[in-house]
Amino acid sequence: MPDATPPLAAPDTATLPKPIIQVRDLVVGFGDKIILDGLSLDVMAGEILGFVGGSGTGKSVLTRTILGLIEKRAGHISVFGQDLDEMPDAERRKLEKRWGVMFQHGALFSSLTVAQNIQVPMREYLDLSPAMMNDLAALKIQMVGLKSDAGEKYPSELSGGMIKRAALARALALDPEIVFLDEPTSGLDPIGAAEFDILIRTLQQTLGLTVFMVTHDLDSLASACDRIAALADRKVVAVGSLSEMVASPHPWVKSYFRGERALARLKG
Amino acid sequence: MPQTIASPGLEIRRDGERAVIALAGEWTLDHGRRLERLAEQLPVSLGEVRRAVLDISGIQRLDTLGARLIDQLSHELGSEGVSVEITHARREHAILLEAVRARTAVVTRPPRSWLIEILADIGRTVVFAGQDLVRGVSFIGEVVIAIGRALIRPQRFRWAALINQLEQIAFRGAPIIILITFLVGCIVAQQGIFQLRRFGATAFVVDLVGIITLRELALLLCAIMVAGRSGSAFTAEIGSMKMREEIDALRVMGLNPVDVLVVPRILALIIAMPILTFLASMAGLFGAGLTAWFYGGIAPETFVARLQSVINYRHFSVGLIKAPFMAIVIGAIACIEGMNVKGSAESLGQQVTASVVKAIFMVIVVDGLFAMFFASIRF
Repeated sequence: MPDATPPLAAPDTATLPKPIIQVRDLVVGFGDKIILDGLSLDVMAGEILGFVGGSGTGKSVLTRTILGLIEKRAGHISVFGQDLDEMPDAERRKLEKRWGVMFQHGALFSSLTVAQNIQVPMREYLDLSPAMMNDLAALKIQMVGLKSDAGEKYPSELSGGMIKRAALARALALDPEIVFLDEPTSGLDPIGAAEFDILIRTLQQTLGLTVFMVTHDLDSLASACDRIAALADRKVVAVGSLSEMVASPHPWVKSYFRGERALARLKG
Repeated sequence: MPQTIASPGLEIRRDGERAVIALAGEWTLDHGRRLERLAEQLPVSLGEVRRAVLDISGIQRLDTLGARLIDQLSHELGSEGVSVEITHARREHAILLEAVRARTAVVTRPPRSWLIEILADIGRTVVFAGQDLVRGVSFIGEVVIAIGRALIRPQRFRWAALINQLEQIAFRGAPIIILITFLVGCIVAQQGIFQLRRFGATAFVVDLVGIITLRELALLLCAIMVAGRSGSAFTAEIGSMKMREEIDALRVMGLNPVDVLVVPRILALIIAMPILTFLASMAGLFGAGLTAWFYGGIAPETFVARLQSVINYRHFSVGLIKAPFMAIVIGAIACIEGMNVKGSAESLGQQVTASVVKAIFMVIVVDGLFAMFFASIRF
């Protein structure tokens, strides 16, 4: 391992939050184009980490690589302290039960109702009576702030905001420990987005989630996130709280957090 | 119960009218049905108790399922007149329990009787079939108007789309259609020779394959192949555009989807079908000729000479006259089904299936009508 590894394994690890996802020197590319080069990042248990970066810099690519949807060229990813490469398939299946993903456009199954969408992972992995499954699906639907009749609806009958909420409900179906959110508030109006931020906060507290959130939304970063990681030049150039971000010397981070829009937002 | 055991459990300590129920272990989704059973049996085993204390300090992990069950349990006991108290909840468990309690009651639809379901289904199908007919007629009307518009202002017609469709339908479809009719020509000739040989009438196989190929076989095989190849493609293309609101995008730009999507496709079909039918006829006759030569011992010169004497222009034209009508049937059904696609992937699959099945069925029905028509005018 190169020296770049942050000195996390200090003797007093017991008091520090443990990293639940650890990414080290990750390299991802398509063809001769390198998207991520030597990226390292830690996500701590129980935090909401906001992940920012310009459009097309590879935010979603990192998420998809952690999830195993994209092959990496080099580097290590470990989740719950286990290296994903060294994990046998059966272990990997178990791991997948412990995370939930909300895709940017929802990726709800279009031929199933919202309630059935939520029950897909339940049916696959759990031994529950049908009545209990219906009950839990209805509970999840209400927890994400949808009306209970939304469960009977098909994705094509939902508005954009409802799709986001339904997708979140599906991501929470198995009560995962980590939730990946890909641009959860994009395409929502400011009020809807603010509600969504609060919702994520509330759910994080009630269910004890760790949240990895890819976002563009300054409001989300300010109101929902514990820490922020900024992606530029193919790697994470700054990690820390909002104030640390504002103080960062990196030019992209500077222009993002100290641009006119950002300043107006942060002052207000 | 010792703390180290992860599997869920509960223990009841009775004290007169009061019972302390200690819950322990992991109350999580992994223990699904076991937990459900545990919670179900509890009120029964409690018996004559007036007060129940749920001590949940022993719970190591709690998720929505566990919280829900505890909530249901206290509700159930409460409805039997038992006063319930939940104690020693850890902070995070208390938050979760509170969140679950806030949301109550599931709405479930009452199941309908199967008889009503079946009757409703039949009724729906009949209504849809009627609507299909009306929609088909009005759609063909729309297409005719659109073609009229294109004739009046040919500079606005989408030539590129037409050529592209022609390539897809005729050029790329020709090899497989030629191959199939060639093989069927061989098979029909072989069967004909085999059966006619018993009567010493082998030579009549030329009449048989000549007439059947030109009048019916080439056209029908062509229409079925085109419905399967191009009709399904039309439905899928238009359907997925419908799903992704691309059709709406065309409309708001002031473009008529019928002009842009339907007319080039149907015109391309109308041009391609006679060409393909002609190619198919030739391939069928060629296959029949080869079989007659090698299997029936009819020399090619004899075959061609006899073909010339039995087949006249009428037999040849019957197949070609029918071709454009088949094109309209296939094209209209494919485009209508495409426009009927709703939001889901499943609906796309259903409409593509419906498109091919209906097109093939209607092609055969129309062919039958033509057969009656030509017979009655002695053509």
